[in-house]
Amino acid sequence: MSATGHPVAGRDGLAVLDAEEIRRALTRIAHEILERTHGGDEVVLLGIPTRGVPLARRLAARIGEFEGLEVPCGSLDVTMHRDDLRFRPARALGRTELPASGVDGKTVVLVDDVLYSGRTVRAALDALTDLGRPRTVQLAVLVDRGHRELPIRADYVGKNLPTSQREMVHVLLAEVDPEDAVMISDEGRPA
Amino acid sequence: MKRHLISAADLSRGDALLILDTAEELASLADRPIKKLPTLRGRTVVNLFFEDSTRTRISFEAAAKRLSADVINFSAKGSSVAKGESLKDTALTLEAMGADAVVIRHSASGAAHRLAGWVRGSVVNAGDGTHEHPTQALLDAFTIRRTLKGGTRETGLDGIRVTIVGDVLHSRVARSNVLLLSTLGAEVTLAAPPTLLPLAVDTWPCAVSYDLDSELAKSDVVMMLRVQQERMTDAYFPSVREYSRRYGLDAARMARLPDHAIVMHPGPMNRGVEIAAEVADSARSMIVEQVANGVTTRMAVLYLLLGGTEFPEVAP
Repeated sequence: MSATGHPVAGRDGLAVLDAEEIRRALTRIAHEILERTHGGDEVVLLGIPTRGVPLARRLAARIGEFEGLEVPCGSLDVTMHRDDLRFRPARALGRTELPASGVDGKTVVLVDDVLYSGRTVRAALDALTDLGRPRTVQLAVLVDRGHRELPIRADYVGKNLPTSQREMVHVLLAEVDPEDAVMISDEGRPA
Repeated sequence: MKRHLISAADLSRGDALLILDTAEELASLADRPIKKLPTLRGRTVVNLFFEDSTRTRISFEAAAKRLSADVINFSAKGSSVAKGESLKDTALTLEAMGADAVVIRHSASGAAHRLAGWVRGSVVNAGDGTHEHPTQALLDAFTIRRTLKGGTRETGLDGIRVTIVGDVLHSRVARSNVLLLSTLGAEVTLAAPPTLLPLAVDTWPCAVSYDLDSELAKSDVVMMLRVQQERMTDAYFPSVREYSRRYGLDAARMARLPDHAIVMHPGPMNRGVEIAAEVADSARSMIVEQVANGVTTRMAVLYLLLGGTEFPEVAP
């Protein structure tokens, strides 16, 4: 998960991916999903709010372009399943919206912007268990920045980004931010 | 948000919208196969009920259980309170048991406020005397927003005209609703006989009318209050029949409401007194929805009070 307080691109931090590179990375991931799932049958894309949701929609659109296949797409809020709730003020919930087809027996691909400690994904797996029983669960992330604290790995990675724990990675997406970019900055607090 | 929920006046517009938006998310839980979240696992919620109440207690109990909290029900009947224990001693006992939240219903106005000074956990006022019942106001606001504004997030009740009818004097529901609904931008009118209006009602953020019939045509919401026969110690109106004729909501009065208008009642109803059976059972009646929304709204309140901590520096 990226932290709050997204910087404006170009003002601070270093851009590691620009809009074109993000587009190419997503195109590749879309192809990989199709390849790995033998044509994308029974695939459901679930984005983790906030920025996983537009990423999931973009992937669904890409897959639709390539294969003429309409992939169900939704969002999965993990706030109520997080393990750090006790250490921070209660926060507003994101939306959970499942496609009408549900998740039972499907291949669910969780989509998030940044993979870091892995705790968000663990919470997502718990949240998903309460919603149904998928046949397989896979994980797609735009950036994998390392420093895992749990035995979790991504199936599809846009870019592996070696970072120090002092650094912050921000994914900006045009749906919620001024533009598409991935920024890295070292002003951040230690994780 | 503050640590306790004692009065609807404690809630800013932002706080109230946060609770309503959270409740809106939690409402989808009702359609899922597993209607439970692990969020408050290991927390203890005590329901401390000194006054009879079935629906509010069950509603809080269901809300806490759906968030995986442990629930201890404490009703004054058959407890040490019947043996003369004071509120403070009861509070200290609960404190020793490690209650993270105390939900209190008491016949004395101000009991929740007093309790908040004695316990470390959060106090949620579930009705204190004739003072306030803030979670009822929240669930009413949630019901109105869902029905008339489509449940749109971050939206208040601006421009909605709410008429609250009946025994305002003894009603904690009316007071909390006037405060909360006006905070959210609704225009509230009280319609009641002069004997059933409190003295300082002119300082409340609402209009007052003695004539229900003149208010009907311009109301988006009509909220009927229960005639609280247990509190009717004086002659507030000549007879129940006369009250019912002037301030009861019957089918003829309901027909004069705008087409989109809804009818609400906090329950329990006196059918045939303040509300006719055919009105209570009509499609405009939100009474059943109010009960369902009560659980959702109370989940949101418990989550926001207990789900986090105010001290982020203790993070590992």
